Amino acid sequence: MTTLTAKDKQTVKAFWAKVSGKSEDIGADAVARMLVVYPQTKIYFSHWPDQSPNSPAARKHGITVMMGVGDAVTKMDDLKEGLKELSQLHAFTLRVDPGNFKILSHNILVVMAVMFPTDFTPEVHVSLDKFLAAVSLALSEKYR
Amino acid sequence: MVNWTKTEKATITDIFSHLDYDDIGPKALSRCLIVYPWTQRYFSGFGNLYNAAAIIGNAKVAEHGIKVLHGLDLGLKKMDNIEAAYADLSSLHSEKLHVDPDNFKLLSDCITIVLAAKLGSAFTAETQATFQKFLGAVMSALGKQYH
Repeated sequence: MTTLTAKDKQTVKAFWAKVSGKSEDIGADAVARMLVVYPQTKIYFSHWPDQSPNSPAARKHGITVMMGVGDAVTKMDDLKEGLKELSQLHAFTLRVDPGNFKILSHNILVVMAVMFPTDFTPEVHVSLDKFLAAVSLALSEKYR
Repeated sequence: MVNWTKTEKATITDIFSHLDYDDIGPKALSRCLIVYPWTQRYFSGFGNLYNAAAIIGNAKVAEHGIKVLHGLDLGLKKMDNIEAAYADLSSLHSEKLHVDPDNFKLLSDCITIVLAAKLGSAFTAETQATFQKFLGAVMSALGKQYH
């Protein structure tokens, strides 16, 4: 399910080159949508004084997440190794249930459709979906 | 039974009143067949599904996409009892079409993404939440007659 072909990698890198300039807005919108559409995800942010989707904390978090995705693009050939510290963070410190990776991935894809309707073709969609699934798997690596 | 606020009902009515079924239907189904290729198992009689270009150009896929999208009208017309609205279609999908209900989510996600591309920033987080709630209710109703 998650083996990225050469074509997938090429497609993701090319698409990322096009969209990475907007990565902060992408991340902010994806996190905002996640908090609104899947309100159960707010439990991870109970330490924020303002848990509203467009709060400065939410925006900052979206930026952080998208920086991680951008980093993963450069480490695509060995995500398990490249993301091992992030995996440790999510497993032992943040303890985010891995089911939520799918939720955030879905919202990243929705934002790509909203912001880049012409570029986010079905071919780009399938490769990006596979890539985000591979990133999610690598992030889950240290859990147990 | 799903409870809808007035705002949610208005959002759903608004989306469907402006929906270009002939555009969104084909795009949603073809995207599903491309992004989740195992869903092609239900369309062996549709001819050439060999690659993305073939799927996008396939007239049977387009026609079926429009039909499936109109299937959402049943839920739209009976939002206060979506389960009843889909009783027959649920039996059809279970007993005749033998569709794995997990696949409903795959098509549903593609419909969401195609609609998001069409509406752009007008597809706000709140709109997305309401639309996904509607699709969730339809999917649940479609799965009810499986046994």
